[in-house]
Amino acid sequence: MSGPASRTTAPESNAGRSFRAGSVQRRLVQRIGFGVLSLTALATVVPITMVVGYIVQQGGSAVSWEFLSGLPRDGMRQGGILPAIVGTFLLTLGTAVFSVPLGVAAAVYLAEYAQENTLTRLIRVAIINLAGIPSVVYGLFGLGLFVLFLRFGTSILSASLTLSIMTLPVIISAAEEALRAVPQSFRTVSVSLGGTRWQTIWRIVLPQAVPGILTGVILGLERAAGETAPILFTGAAFFLPRLPNSPLDATMALPYHLFVISTQVPGMPVQIQYGTALVLIVFVLSMNLAATVIRSRARARRQW
Amino acid sequence: MDKIVVDNLTLQYTDGTESLRGVSMTIPANAITVLFGPAGGGKSSLLRCINRLNDLADVKTVSGRVLLDGVNILDPATDVVALRRKVGMVFARPVVLPFTIRGNITYGLELMGIHEAARLDEAVEQSLRLAALWDEVHERLEDPAIALSGGQQQRLCLARSLALQPEVILLDEPTSGLDPISTGKVEAALQELKKDYTIVLVPHSVQQAGRTADFAAFLLQGELVEFGVGKDLFTRPSDQRTEDYVTGRFG
Amino acid sequence: MKDPDGKSTLGDRAPEAGRRFNWGEAIITRLIQLSGYSAIVFVGLIFLFLVRQGAPALFETPLAELFGTRWYPIEGYFGVLPLLTGSLIVTVGAMAIAVPLGIGTAMFISEIAPRWVREILKPLVELLGGLPSVVLGFLGILVLSPYLRLFLDLPTGLTALAGSILLGGIALPTIVSIAEDALDAVPRAYRDAALAVGATPWQTMWGVTLPAARSGVLTAVLLGMGRAVGETMAVMMVTGNAPVLAVRLSSIVSPVRTMTATIAAEMGEVASGSPHYHVLFFIGMLLFVISLVVNVIASAVVFRQRSRSERILS
Repeated sequence: MSGPASRTTAPESNAGRSFRAGSVQRRLVQRIGFGVLSLTALATVVPITMVVGYIVQQGGSAVSWEFLSGLPRDGMRQGGILPAIVGTFLLTLGTAVFSVPLGVAAAVYLAEYAQENTLTRLIRVAIINLAGIPSVVYGLFGLGLFVLFLRFGTSILSASLTLSIMTLPVIISAAEEALRAVPQSFRTVSVSLGGTRWQTIWRIVLPQAVPGILTGVILGLERAAGETAPILFTGAAFFLPRLPNSPLDATMALPYHLFVISTQVPGMPVQIQYGTALVLIVFVLSMNLAATVIRSRARARRQW
Repeated sequence: MDKIVVDNLTLQYTDGTESLRGVSMTIPANAITVLFGPAGGGKSSLLRCINRLNDLADVKTVSGRVLLDGVNILDPATDVVALRRKVGMVFARPVVLPFTIRGNITYGLELMGIHEAARLDEAVEQSLRLAALWDEVHERLEDPAIALSGGQQQRLCLARSLALQPEVILLDEPTSGLDPISTGKVEAALQELKKDYTIVLVPHSVQQAGRTADFAAFLLQGELVEFGVGKDLFTRPSDQRTEDYVTGRFG
Repeated sequence: MKDPDGKSTLGDRAPEAGRRFNWGEAIITRLIQLSGYSAIVFVGLIFLFLVRQGAPALFETPLAELFGTRWYPIEGYFGVLPLLTGSLIVTVGAMAIAVPLGIGTAMFISEIAPRWVREILKPLVELLGGLPSVVLGFLGILVLSPYLRLFLDLPTGLTALAGSILLGGIALPTIVSIAEDALDAVPRAYRDAALAVGATPWQTMWGVTLPAARSGVLTAVLLGMGRAVGETMAVMMVTGNAPVLAVRLSSIVSPVRTMTATIAAEMGEVASGSPHYHVLFFIGMLLFVISLVVNVIASAVVFRQRSRSERILS
């Protein structure tokens, strides 16, 4: 594309004139182009801020201590959303319990042990596919394996296991990247001092990769916390105005609760809907913020 | 007397880069043996065979033997962890671990399962003194090691190896990034150390080879051209190629 | 971990010493290895369970009917075509919105924006990626669809178009971040060379940088599409859920129903093991296969590009 335009300036006789004329025209094209792209970026960013701002504005007045700490009453049309908050917290925690050790171990395998061979390529393809499987399909799978086949029932356990498999690819990719960023020379030195491979990983590589791993873990859990489809048939309760007693109990959860009160309950006060949406995005975005803070602090402190 | 015997050692990497062809030599104890020659000659490969660090690289084939105290360390049954404690290594670029100064030295000992503070403290002081670094850092052992200067870092790396009380120390161009004063300090430390240790050094220049070598081996494109007493090799080389290299006609 | 006195660790006792020492190491290595394989196991398990419950649909419902145009589960009609076309039209609409916006934003962030603008834009786009889709669906019901109904003078605002707009927003962060990575990865020297022969920054962007990053951008589009096809809650909430064949141009402003929404809406009410239940798993199988194909193509594009550039460079 640059070819013809620059060639017009080549003839020597009127080089100066055509250079200036071309330059003016080209600068105009560029200015318009840059303007269009800037508008594009604005069109992406403005709705985002509007969405968040609107929910904060509309939901702010609904959020009170009673709303956060109370049980739902009157068919969810009054009272609080504590069971949903606690439920989402427990599901996120449960997801972390399963997905973090497994995901980090898998990342260690890929970054530190795996050779470049067909099996490794197969693992990578599998991870890419796990990342792409629709969340509702995870829900079907969780229903088939955890709820029915393993007889965990519709429970926090089933839902957490389902969410953790969904989260796995995010954690593996982020952790592998963090592990690979640790300088190779540390490993060589450790081995030359008589360290075994595992000692080297455990004492040097993993500690150095912790901030990167943590960032990835939080971003993965953030997604899990906001998901509805995978827990629809595996652990979410439509209305359960008490706190769960065991991992085998079903639970209310913020995203599912928002879905329920905005589509399934007639005559729902819009205030409560916005309030629930606000609590959900605060829950999720504070995780996002935590990840950003950890990342930037680790970058500032890093010794290599 | 002969601490290490290299017997007909041949080595090839999978990408076909640096390799060794039929190298045989003996490395005596309590002396500095220098491996020198142009880049790509096989110096580092040979060095890394002595503590099996080549295990980490993509080695296609290794044949021949490397005997340490009469035992072939290339044998697959060798306990490489014990071997690497016995054969310490210092690299070209000082790589301090992301710990404190003290933590760098105690790292290898802790890997061995030594955790008593008294023993660790003793090892820290002893090895830092041997590496001629104690006087400069003994008041700030808990500082991050990365805060040290390049020369200090390299002596810390030396001290880190010494803390494991090895019998052999391998040094791969340990002064290549250092200023002349720091280089002098490292070389002086080596002269002290050779009384108790077997030292194998890849120097970063012919001058350094000449200054430090008790024995010297000239490696060219994977082959051992000449091996002998250091002084003889640098003043009266018997092979024309050695003479050309030493006098600066190539390389 | 005890080390006998230095002298004796080598020699004849070395193998035994080595083996004893490495017990813990061997167990841990094996555990890590198994974790590494887990991704393959899970993909296999997911496929297995989908097929186990979904394959019976092929025998219970005549094929002609399964790929028919009527989806009335209560009367026993399980034609998935309306759902397929519903997913298709919503996805196409979403891509029509997200691809230009996404690539434009990525180019703005990577090529034009000053540093401080970039520092603001990138977290904002990431923030959109973090917003739960159910929140977008909720706003879709309360804000977006009333507006659509008003402006386009429709009987209802809950249409494929509403779904496309939300899905566009959901696919955007994926497209922006992957496309921006790809643009960033174009070597500085390419741009400098173009600028040096007299191209303007604008010409360089379109003539050099974007073509050089095209495989990454293509991957971004494919993965964004994958997200759009698989998205469930937001589309279920705003598309009006009418399982009609969406093949006319006017379908974009009519209610439709996607495959994902159908599973989410109906799975809770069917009897386990019934034909309806099996068909819903069959739809899950279709979604699995679609995402598999999209992702394999997306990663193949990256692999091919990489090996090509390696060949050029070496």
